[in-house]
Amino acid sequence: MVLALPDEAATAALAARLAPLLRPGDLVCLEGELGAGKTAFARALINALPGPREEVPSPTFTLVQTYPRDGLEVWHFDLYRLERPGEIWELGLEEALVAGASLIEWPSRAGGLLPEERLVLRFAHAGAGRRVTLEPHGAWAGRLTELAG
Amino acid sequence: MRVLGIETSCDETAAAVVESAAGRGGRILSNRVLSQLEEHRPFGGVVPEIAARAHLDHVDRLVAEAMAEAGLGFAELDGVAATVGPGLIGGVLVGAMTGKAIAAVHGKPFVAVNHLEGHALTVRLTDGLDFPYLLLLVSGGHCQLLAVEGVGRYRRYGSTLDDAVGEAFDKVAKLLGLGYPGGPAVERAAAGGDPARFALPRPMKGRPDCDFSFSGLKTAVRQAVEKAVEAAGPLDERARADLAASFQAAVAEVLQDRAARALARFAAELGRPGPLVVAGGVAANRSLRAALAEVAAAAGAVLVAPPPGLCTDNGAMIAWAGLERLRLGAADPLDFRARPRWPLEELSAPVPEPAQWEPAQ
Repeated sequence: MVLALPDEAATAALAARLAPLLRPGDLVCLEGELGAGKTAFARALINALPGPREEVPSPTFTLVQTYPRDGLEVWHFDLYRLERPGEIWELGLEEALVAGASLIEWPSRAGGLLPEERLVLRFAHAGAGRRVTLEPHGAWAGRLTELAG
Repeated sequence: MRVLGIETSCDETAAAVVESAAGRGGRILSNRVLSQLEEHRPFGGVVPEIAARAHLDHVDRLVAEAMAEAGLGFAELDGVAATVGPGLIGGVLVGAMTGKAIAAVHGKPFVAVNHLEGHALTVRLTDGLDFPYLLLLVSGGHCQLLAVEGVGRYRRYGSTLDDAVGEAFDKVAKLLGLGYPGGPAVERAAAGGDPARFALPRPMKGRPDCDFSFSGLKTAVRQAVEKAVEAAGPLDERARADLAASFQAAVAEVLQDRAARALARFAAELGRPGPLVVAGGVAANRSLRAALAEVAAAAGAVLVAPPPGLCTDNGAMIAWAGLERLRLGAADPLDFRARPRWPLEELSAPVPEPAQWEPAQ
């Protein structure tokens, strides 16, 4: 599924549709070059979940930030600075994958260590705005039909 | 009063001993910093596992060196302070456990220090500055403006909505192929460049609040690089220098605008013009410092910046923050938990009561 995200409002609208689908244990991978809109989407998604308004700064230096939302803890990872995949275990990934919903930027840095069951959002520049490709893996294929509806 | 400080929250392992001077300010008896930069350089960034392991490998030795250089035994300390957050949890745990163990073994009070408070109070160690002052904290992971009204008393005026300034420098360095660490690399390249060649945005400039945003600026640099490559092939040295200079000029103008707003608010609320304090790794950038000095002067305020070696992460600032808390009678239990996320505004002010420990003469 390819969606145009011409502006911030479109990003927020997509986040608002995806947020109700998120469950503990979910893995959402955010791919795309520097400046493609990965963190902007993560910010929109976290704030689309019920709970107080959160600032969501880039986790590039902190590597991971957690956001307790009503009924769901979101773990926002940025693996940009990782070189060896094994380093991801130090960030608390195991706990995140069991207890929370994980949003992971630069997931390729984790090598093959992330579970196959995932939703991949691939962001790219499209004129002044962005374009996003949604790639469901495993059960996400079925779950995404809710999104389309 | 003499305090040992331990810092392991990011890419430096550091230990230091400071003592309070008669009157204001303090004295650094030792300040050992082992930068893991060389180990990180091949990776183009700070690598967390390497950081945690290296902290573990080096922290005991650095503490021993700091104590030896200060010429003190543990028994002569008035307390032990360690960073317990915010930061990479693996590294933070190494320093926090080391500090707690030393405190427990030698029967000294332990202070759990917020890394950002270390940066915030450094100018009181180096310059004996009185409260209140306006703090611009700019580093790889942080970008915020705060009114500092006392130990543990911080009011945030604004912060970044997305990327920190240091992060923007690192990412721009990467886009321009300038290497790591990005701050010094961009500053060097910018020195010979034309800051007017590339028109880059000044995000947030003119907004009534004191917030920052650097993500759009990073994207604009990326687009400028792509356009330049399309027009003339791979970037030559000239283009790199001009892009670096244009980026740095944009950052300087944004920092000036935001700091000017904060200075006005500070003056209105606290009835005095600054001083404006700039701290954090990015404060080492001379061109940004000069830009901030201008804006401070225009507001009738002085700009105070710690020496570059105390702008980047170090143990002396942690020891000093611990000392400031101890002399107000505050210490922390040994089961104080490390906190990966710990905003300054969540800190509490120590209850102002007489110190429980006799200050060293």
